[in-house]
Amino acid sequence: MDRSSNGNAPVVQTRELEKIYKMGDVEVRALRGVSLSIGGGEFVAVMGASGSGKSTFMNLIGCLDRPTRGSYLLNGEDVGRLSRDQLARVRGRQIGFVFQGFNLLPRTTAIENVELPMLYQGIPARERHQRSSEALARVGLGDRLDHTPAQLSGGQQQRVAIARALVNRPTLLLADEPTGNLDSRTSVEVMGIFQELNDQGLTVLLVTHEADISDHARRVVTFKDGLVLSDSRVERRRIAREELLEEATA
Amino acid sequence: MNVLASLRTALRALRKNKLRSLLAMLGIVIAVGAVVATVSIGQGAQAKVAAQMESLGSNLLMVLPGSVAMHGVATGSGATQTLNRDDAAAIEKELTNSVAAVAPINRTGAQIVYGDQNWFTQVQGTTAAYLQVRGWPLAQGEAFGREEDAAAAKVCILGKTVADKLFVPGAPVVGEQIRVKHVPCKVIGVLASKGQSSWGQDQDDVVLVPWSMAVRRLIGTQSDAVGQLMISARSPQMVDDAEREITALLKQRHHLSEQADPDFQIRNLAEMQDAAKQNTQTIAVLLGSVALISLVVGAIGIANVMLVSVTERTREIGIRMAVGARGRDVLFQFLTEAVVLASVGGVIGLLIGIVTSKWMAIKFEWPTLLSPPVMLGTMLLAGFAGIVAGFYPALRASRLDPIDALRFE
Repeated sequence: MDRSSNGNAPVVQTRELEKIYKMGDVEVRALRGVSLSIGGGEFVAVMGASGSGKSTFMNLIGCLDRPTRGSYLLNGEDVGRLSRDQLARVRGRQIGFVFQGFNLLPRTTAIENVELPMLYQGIPARERHQRSSEALARVGLGDRLDHTPAQLSGGQQQRVAIARALVNRPTLLLADEPTGNLDSRTSVEVMGIFQELNDQGLTVLLVTHEADISDHARRVVTFKDGLVLSDSRVERRRIAREELLEEATA
Repeated sequence: MNVLASLRTALRALRKNKLRSLLAMLGIVIAVGAVVATVSIGQGAQAKVAAQMESLGSNLLMVLPGSVAMHGVATGSGATQTLNRDDAAAIEKELTNSVAAVAPINRTGAQIVYGDQNWFTQVQGTTAAYLQVRGWPLAQGEAFGREEDAAAAKVCILGKTVADKLFVPGAPVVGEQIRVKHVPCKVIGVLASKGQSSWGQDQDDVVLVPWSMAVRRLIGTQSDAVGQLMISARSPQMVDDAEREITALLKQRHHLSEQADPDFQIRNLAEMQDAAKQNTQTIAVLLGSVALISLVVGAIGIANVMLVSVTERTREIGIRMAVGARGRDVLFQFLTEAVVLASVGGVIGLLIGIVTSKWMAIKFEWPTLLSPPVMLGTMLLAGFAGIVAGFYPALRASRLDPIDALRFE
């Protein structure tokens, strides 16, 4: 049943996942039975044209939405039938989000943005501050703690978002078109951070429609019409660190 | 999310939109300020009325001659002379349980002269009991006693206003001879100032003389009829008892059956106080409704701004939900903002109310009374208005779908 895995215990395991939206009288079958397994430490890119169901899939995996049919186990726990509040708890503790539009709180400093997820887990202020500064240092923004998003470049904003996604030590990092608003060099830098995190053992699920971005993953799953069209290993994987080096020497 | 963290979040959010926050709380500011100021003015007036009532005398009963029907013709009240000194003496002697003092009073207007000064004032013939009934101390000298009354002695006690009109400041008053009408009269005392009565009459514009001196020498009659009796009950609780007993005694003395209409009337100050209390209660109800209406208006202002705020910050709500905020966290956050808005508005309003009240007191010499329970109550009400006003917008925010909220532009 499980299409493929790196042998580790699966972090994400879906079985015949379906999602049907009702728009007036019309039923839209956005997802028509997706069975997929992602092992711990994998780096998976989800590709597909718009309307392929990849965004719906991401929303379900991110516990932002619940499936109409089928099951979804996150770290072995069936999260498909949880209540809204329970889903919020799962999101807060196990999932880190990185969005295309960064989605930082405006007029709020970098460190306050990173502290946000911990606010909802009842972590004391001192620890919040410490963990946030560490997370920002990890993405190379240790000297920009008190900058607001408006004072940061796109790439820097996305790094703040990555720090925010990491700060609650999630088991799964979900990145939805994380390079969509960035130029190509900054995109590679951001992919470099993802690769680094993945090398340290974090499971990364990336949604993109750009092939040169998905080539940074280890495995690519392509969606079409609400079904998995293909699922394969990346043959010639791009390594962001090397790309940046080449560019520097060129 | 704990209370402290959400409070900080709320304050930060409100600080980011200073002008809007200020406008949102303006309604509450005005409401609380108005309530605190008007209530303090109202209560000041109330205290003033109560003090004036008190100045009339404590536990006071007034007995006035009533109407008598003779051959089927009823006279108007006060036109008869149904009360006399013996009635007064009988009440004082027989009703010692309930009555503390009885003062007979006959009034007449008189020109009084001292040196080249003269003044027209009211002369009251009475006894020393009058000072006790009215609770009116002497500033100088002493009162007249029974001997002076029996002898219709030519002595008098001056009210403060009269003393000021006749004598230059600092000059000796007690012991001087004045003339009341044509009667030379020795000043033996000066009353302490009592100020205006509740109906604006200067209570100090008076001269007191022994009852018999007024009746025999000034009014010029041998009659024993008394214009009115002022009676002080022993305690506020005894006022009703005293009234009943006086009625019974006077009826008996006037040979009237218990069922017959009395030929006198008794006025009870407690009744007047009740009337005054009712007036102030009406004012309190009015003020209360004004307060409630302005608070509702203030709450609508906050609700309006919160609704706009929720719509404007839909994306922020989506972000918060994505990183783990539960519905109740979002609800609590927006509720906190509304309550903080209302409370800060309340505090500002309170300060404005206090300042206004103090300013009124100084500028218009109007006594104001700041009441801590009212201030506290108004503040609590403002906070409550914040909760009510914030609840619907907060609920809407908490029920947003995270996906839609994140996509919101």
